[in-house]
Amino acid sequence: MSAPPSTTRRNQSQTHRQSRRGTEESPLVKWLLITVALSFCTVFLLLPLANVFVQALAKGWSFYVQSLTHPDSWAAIRLTLLVAAISVPINVVFGIAAAWCIAKFNFRGKSLLVTLIDLPFSVSPVVAGLMFVVLFGAQGFFGPWLEAHNIKIIFAVPGIVLATVFVTFPFVARELIPVMQATGTEQEQAALTLGASGWQTFWRVTLPSVKWGLIYGIILCNARAMGEFGAVSVVSGHITGLTDTMPLRVEKLYQEYNAPAAFAVASLLAVLALVTLGLKTLLEWKQARAYERALRDSR
Amino acid sequence: MSIELRNVTKQFGQVAAVSNVSFSVNEGELMALLGPSGGGKTTVLRMIAGLEVPTTGDIFIRGQRVNDLSVQERNIGFVFQNYALFKNMTVFKNIAFGLKIKKWKRADIKDRVHELLQLFGLEGLEKRYPHQLSGGQRQRVAIARALASKPSVLLLDEPFGAVDAKIRQELREWLVTLHHDLNVTTIFVTHDQEEALEVSNRIVIFSRGHLEQVGTPREVYETPANEFVARFIGVMNVLDAEVKGGVARVGELQFPAPGRRDGSKVRIGFRPYAVQISTDLTLYPYRAVLRHTFFLGIMLRLELELASGLILRSRMTKEEYAQLGLEDDREVSLQIRNFRILSSDTSALSPEQEVQHLMPPTIGEHI
Repeated sequence: MSAPPSTTRRNQSQTHRQSRRGTEESPLVKWLLITVALSFCTVFLLLPLANVFVQALAKGWSFYVQSLTHPDSWAAIRLTLLVAAISVPINVVFGIAAAWCIAKFNFRGKSLLVTLIDLPFSVSPVVAGLMFVVLFGAQGFFGPWLEAHNIKIIFAVPGIVLATVFVTFPFVARELIPVMQATGTEQEQAALTLGASGWQTFWRVTLPSVKWGLIYGIILCNARAMGEFGAVSVVSGHITGLTDTMPLRVEKLYQEYNAPAAFAVASLLAVLALVTLGLKTLLEWKQARAYERALRDSR
Repeated sequence: MSIELRNVTKQFGQVAAVSNVSFSVNEGELMALLGPSGGGKTTVLRMIAGLEVPTTGDIFIRGQRVNDLSVQERNIGFVFQNYALFKNMTVFKNIAFGLKIKKWKRADIKDRVHELLQLFGLEGLEKRYPHQLSGGQRQRVAIARALASKPSVLLLDEPFGAVDAKIRQELREWLVTLHHDLNVTTIFVTHDQEEALEVSNRIVIFSRGHLEQVGTPREVYETPANEFVARFIGVMNVLDAEVKGGVARVGELQFPAPGRRDGSKVRIGFRPYAVQISTDLTLYPYRAVLRHTFFLGIMLRLELELASGLILRSRMTKEEYAQLGLEDDREVSLQIRNFRILSSDTSALSPEQEVQHLMPPTIGEHI
């Protein structure tokens, strides 16, 4: 109250000039944070990634193509695609079913189910692999029975698929649960009152309304399925040309001091990662654009 | 008879959401299910639709018992409170959905949808998505979708709940017109008594899962079946009085209650318009002070405090108010033209009584 009016006026004009919100950090802090974040990304993400491609092509294109078409590497690529082609659809079906029952029903043990879905995220992949060895290995729980019926799971493709399914289990469900919870059940009830059967309702109403979440979940699930190392390493037995997936093949080549070939296979995995990221960004961009267009049209 | 409920009860766990409800809806009627929230009215609507299954009792649609018919087989149109439009479909596809499911021919679907778009004033919007529509447009799409395959009954859950006050009034009038034009049996749920009185042919009043009264708006307003209805429909002054010498007394107020035992408790109810006011302090038997005047548009609500501290509510037009020369804190005289005894021991209400000429002449001594 006792302050002269001139002071007040000067203070006002100052705040006006900076036009900064009261909750905002000072410019120094802002630029410092941006610099730290960007240099961190460059040093730990961009440089290594670029290095993969540089190393892969160090001995020229022909060596690069040769490394990839080497029978053992080619077998690893095919196995990886096969494993992804089996485990991703399994997890899509499971993910939709789990998300559906969690989002739409109330039942005893629901929170337990939600926790269980997250389990593969919290368990080390190596432990996950070991669990399957203990269950299905020669000395394992089902081992004698499996051997008697001449079924091979550990050190064979079924084991690799099992381990991959376990590790990639949460991706689709995790993406779908919030989307389905937000959508609620009214649209489905509306479809029922309009004469649709449960199946028709699922295909025409439920699935389209969670389309983007589902696609996003599938992309992430696929990326992890192809890139998984730890769990697969434990159950595969590293039989060259038979049970080596791409990540295992990369490691093996590297251990054999064949770094250029290792990087060549690794670059394929890296390309997959980049394609995944690109698709994800494209999806988000398309969604945002559709939303903006909708907003504009509604005006 | 289009729809009939016989002794329908719906139990959710231990709680009876609806208990032993029976009523019927005539062909072509516009019926309101009215009650406070949690009264069971939406559950009744969902049971008619087949979205809930009654625990006991029977539901008939056009004479056919539908208890065991699924939602899909009942041929009803249902409009959800928040419309539940298919977000990923255009207006056209929303309305066409039921027809496609019922395997109508392509050309027939197109004709029917365009007919509905025209009827509902939605032409030009067929390619829009639900989020690009206003609240009123969304509701019209939802009703068009529900009516597309010509259901025998149209069911609406709180149809005016999700729009703002101004559009609500328009939509009410529009619904009445629509019902008049299409003449399809319509049942809607509302918690707004004004809405029910204005829109419907008949009203079913629920409270806590029980049916309280079925009747035309006029019947439930003028001859409420019990105290709940009397208090729920419109505003009512309710006073607890004690009978002495055939007169029910509360504060300085006296109401004739012939045939009632001395010392028995009765509840007296009267509408705000039954309270007559004059600035001439000798005109009416009781004296009061006008405490507050509430502005409600054309009508004003008056809060009057009697000498004993009792508060009464009255109602009059702005013109009457100006004519009387009233203002807050003004002393007035008043009388209660007619009232009812809302006995709490029996659910039936006594007929309304005219008071004016029955008022004991000794009343002046009390003031």
